[in-house]
Amino acid sequence: MNYEEEIRRLKEDLELKKSEIVHLKSLLTTNSSEVIPQIVNDVEKQWEDLSSHTKLSNNEIARYSRQLILPEIGVRGQLCLSQRSVLIVGAGGLGCPASIYLAAAGIGRLGVVDYDEVELSNLHRQILHTERRIGIPKSASVIGACQQLNSDVKFVPYHLQLNSENALNLIKHYDVVLDATDNVASRYLLNDACVLAGKPLVSGSALRFQGQLTVYNHKGGPCYRCLFPKPPPPETVTNCSDGGVLGVVPGIIGCLQALEAIKIAAGMDSSFSQRLLLFDGLDGTFRGVSIRKKSLGCLVCGDNPTITKLIDYEQFCGAGANDKDQALHILSENERIKPKEYKSMLDCGTPHVLVDVRLPVELEICHLPAPAINIPMDSLCKETSKEKLLNTAKVLESSGECVPIIVVCRQGNDSQVAVRKFKELMQDTDCHFVFKDLLGGLTSWAKQIDNTFPVY
Amino acid sequence: MAAGVDVSLEFSGGAELLFDRVKKHDISLPSQDKSWTLQCLLAWIRDNMLKERPELFMQGQTVRPGILVLVNDADWELLGELDYVIQPNDTITFISTLHGG
Ligand SMILES: [Zn+2]
Repeated sequence: MNYEEEIRRLKEDLELKKSEIVHLKSLLTTNSSEVIPQIVNDVEKQWEDLSSHTKLSNNEIARYSRQLILPEIGVRGQLCLSQRSVLIVGAGGLGCPASIYLAAAGIGRLGVVDYDEVELSNLHRQILHTERRIGIPKSASVIGACQQLNSDVKFVPYHLQLNSENALNLIKHYDVVLDATDNVASRYLLNDACVLAGKPLVSGSALRFQGQLTVYNHKGGPCYRCLFPKPPPPETVTNCSDGGVLGVVPGIIGCLQALEAIKIAAGMDSSFSQRLLLFDGLDGTFRGVSIRKKSLGCLVCGDNPTITKLIDYEQFCGAGANDKDQALHILSENERIKPKEYKSMLDCGTPHVLVDVRLPVELEICHLPAPAINIPMDSLCKETSKEKLLNTAKVLESSGECVPIIVVCRQGNDSQVAVRKFKELMQDTDCHFVFKDLLGGLTSWAKQIDNTFPVY
Repeated sequence: MAAGVDVSLEFSGGAELLFDRVKKHDISLPSQDKSWTLQCLLAWIRDNMLKERPELFMQGQTVRPGILVLVNDADWELLGELDYVIQPNDTITFISTLHGG
């Protein structure tokens, strides 16, 4: 008996059963009348040829009439659209608007990739998901919404994490790829995969009130690596959960990604090859700037590429391929205090000073039930911060005891950075401080001590 | 002796957060012995404008990876990067790339 063959067959069965379970679970959690498409895990699956669709039906003519009469589109452009396929990576704030407009415009096949499930905190910007679909795969949720708008499109929801093993096999089935991801590692992975597979990459990103858009690897233009040969240091990268984002901002960028993908698929020129669009929602400005040409020395798209297959992108970027915060371990155990210990300090009335390093706007959302000094992360080294700490020290020293200073933030990462900075800052003073950070921040406080405490 | 130069600095994509959340700064660079290159400008920004966590903007003598630099809307790569000699009334733009979605 061929064991390898048997293992392969069992693994296939397992994958199939897994997706059946996810599908049945999603049926359980949603309205029974709502149809949730079955997710796909097999990236190698062959899809039907779209090129046989060579004539518009009367139904299609009626549906697409308003865009058919645009000379730039016309029957030729519409048929092009129906023969092309687009892959959207990321079913979030960018992926939602991008997919619904591509479906509406009559793209032939639309694939949507996401490893994640719908959460309540997604809904302010990921507008195709619904309250009922919390907990089900995002890709299936997005495709379910698109299917209701235009059932002529062939839809493929992939519930998986794009990685170096599956990316090329997945991308090869599509004509245009949209980067609607939310992290640096995925952006380099997608870039390299699109260069190796020869596919244009319509890249969008958004944070706070700003958005950016570029088309990479298209008609001799640069790729992401031409512009950014080195990844940014992980500590300089802000994700949406830390920096915040107004939902409509990725909405606008996602719509523009759909627009560029439609133009490319319909055989028109893209406006953003070798050009970067900067959108600022606070100032109400759109600005297009020219960026460098394709770099001859680019490691992946240059004349002598050294990256000829996909690499380990999490290692390359020093960060995970998701936008979840990873717990930092900067401080040693004796520099940290567990929520339970801090709770008993509060209960016993143990003297201490609490320093909250979040932004004032975050303090308004919630704060611990003890008076706190606010020194936000962007002011750690300011003279006024030092004064605040010194003034506190004076009061404390008069009591003759070494009173601990407890530093708190949202998730327990910033508080560790702050403790380090405070220690440096206070080195040259003759005050004796004991700094500790509240382990796991307010999130852990809510989980372990007070489950009525809001989590954001 | 190189004369002083008036330039506009623009920060976007979150880089403005390191400069008191102000996106546009009109500055006058003082006269100095050598001419004002972008390299000199970056050192000047670090010493005069960037009080908090300079590592979020710079790495060594240049901008950190992930920041694009434009001079009058053109990629600085076309202009010699750090060696470009700043002209009066140039607009120099620093764009931090966004990754969220
Ligand atoms: Zn390149």
